[in-house]
Amino acid sequence: MNMDMPQVSSGTPIVSARGLSKRYGATVALDNVNLQIAPGRIVGLVGPNGAGKTTALRAILGLTEFDGDLTVLGLDPRTHRTELMQQVCFIADVAVLPRWLRVADAVDFVAGVHPRFSREKCEAFLARTKIKHTQRVRELSKGMIVQLHLALVMAIDAKLLVLDEPTLGLDILYRKEFYESLLNDYFDHEKTILVTTHQIEEIERILTDLMFIKDGRIILDASMEAVGDRYAEVMVAPDKAEAARALKPLSERQIFGKSVFLFDGVDQGHLATLGELHKPSVADLFVATMKGTYA
Amino acid sequence: MNAVTPVNKFTWLLKREYWEHRGGFFWTPMITAMVILAIMILVLVSAEFLANQNGVNINGIHLEQLTKHLGVSEIEKMHAGVDIGLLSLSFPIGIALFFVVLFYGIGALYNDRSDRSALFWKSLPISDLSTVLSKVAAATLVAPILAMAAIIALQLGFLVLMSLYALLHGINPFPLLWSPTHLLALWFKLVLIIPVNALWALPSVGWLLLCSSFARSKPFLWAVALPIMAGVLNSWFGLMKNMSLTSTWFWQNIVGRLLLSIVPGSWMDAETLRNTMERAGDDVRIEVGPHLDAGFTLDAIGHALVSPSMLIGIVAGVAMIAAAVYFRRVRTESYA
Repeated sequence: MNMDMPQVSSGTPIVSARGLSKRYGATVALDNVNLQIAPGRIVGLVGPNGAGKTTALRAILGLTEFDGDLTVLGLDPRTHRTELMQQVCFIADVAVLPRWLRVADAVDFVAGVHPRFSREKCEAFLARTKIKHTQRVRELSKGMIVQLHLALVMAIDAKLLVLDEPTLGLDILYRKEFYESLLNDYFDHEKTILVTTHQIEEIERILTDLMFIKDGRIILDASMEAVGDRYAEVMVAPDKAEAARALKPLSERQIFGKSVFLFDGVDQGHLATLGELHKPSVADLFVATMKGTYA
Repeated sequence: MNAVTPVNKFTWLLKREYWEHRGGFFWTPMITAMVILAIMILVLVSAEFLANQNGVNINGIHLEQLTKHLGVSEIEKMHAGVDIGLLSLSFPIGIALFFVVLFYGIGALYNDRSDRSALFWKSLPISDLSTVLSKVAAATLVAPILAMAAIIALQLGFLVLMSLYALLHGINPFPLLWSPTHLLALWFKLVLIIPVNALWALPSVGWLLLCSSFARSKPFLWAVALPIMAGVLNSWFGLMKNMSLTSTWFWQNIVGRLLLSIVPGSWMDAETLRNTMERAGDDVRIEVGPHLDAGFTLDAIGHALVSPSMLIGIVAGVAMIAAAVYFRRVRTESYA
């Protein structure tokens, strides 16, 4: 499913991995991962804790050694991290801004070291927040720190933006604003965004592609349209439940005395005869696919 | 977009170090200078209080009569004495600088890993090499230059204070205390030894940065306790006797070079230092001439620059800095 999938966009892939593996002692963090990310996509990388998401991102960002082939923008991230960082940005929940840094100094610094940074853009983004230039990071709330980080990053004309749980610990207002600015003010067909988050419900509408990772393997890699074609959820009355079960659903749950079945690759015309057909949410798909992960 | 040149980039990296360590680099030497001045004021006030009761006399000469008794050569001696006094004012600030650089070095490549901001810095197009070199430059040049500014401020403050005290007693301080040529020569020499200090400090700076980039926790223990433990073990068990190295040698050339080479002027060999001290010790016997402040002659500097300890130290320092660059690249364990 991974390598054979037809590229949705044209152009060389932004990220291309073949046989990407990484182990920490006896633990396998990435197990022979193959993936391609085309330009102009917003890819959600979703997986349970410890599935290898962060390791995959670390490898892409040149922050870790790995086995196998991996190129980002045609470069090996291990040996070309500095060049890569001109075109790649990242915001991670764990990559915090230093607490002693003053907002004005942060803008000056990034302007001083980053050739693709636009001070005007950054100032425009900051002007829409309550952040003052004289403030230090330690004086800002968690939400404001993320706003500042986003303002710095969105002002960089990069090809790939990697977001690792960027909105962790933020309230719904900040989260919503974060993804809205990203979509409205930053994203275009030249740019690619790779995002991991546990709050899938909030981002599934903006994703163009979905990847599930489990135990170091990519178990789903498809465009959102393909996901919609492949998976279907049917709400079935008790009298037809047995017929539905015969079609080997991925999962079954009960709502209001009816059974909700999630099917993978079953003809949707046929499913429609069993009951009410829905497009499954990514969260439901995730739960069904990752069944037994922590067992 | 921005025009970013390597030199500009490096300047921003140095500014970043300054922003983060303004307290250590700027305020610590400045406050040390202010405390010393405050102590001097207290001493002068109490001296004045006692003088009002007893009258001031120096070597049996009453202060008011002092200037009348000084000939040209005595005034030269006076200036030489003032030089020594001004020079010794740089010692406490040098000690402050030692502690600033010690703690700076230990934290430089560790603190941003422990608060995880290293990942923010790593998200910018800055190589690990230039990051580490900016920390080397901050420790060996930025901090000493700012300490130098504090020394100059302290020396000027001291001269002003002494002049006011002299004026209070009706003495014209200018021929006695103020000699612009001496002052400029002294400052020139102090500035001149900054790069010598920097080269001498490389093994210490390299060691501190290596521990800072390598340690997963407690970099202080690695940096300070490890060499001292090694020295203690070496002394106790005579571990290296077989290699005909004495324990003094180990303390001086291994432990000392790893930890104390960031003390400004510590490259001066013992003899030079003793000469300086002896000459400073007794102003009556000061010989006015080029050897007045022996530690600071060009000869002594040239001699120190080509000494084996200096050259081997530079090589070891560069090697440890290279190792620090390597660990800066691979140690991102906080991002797990």
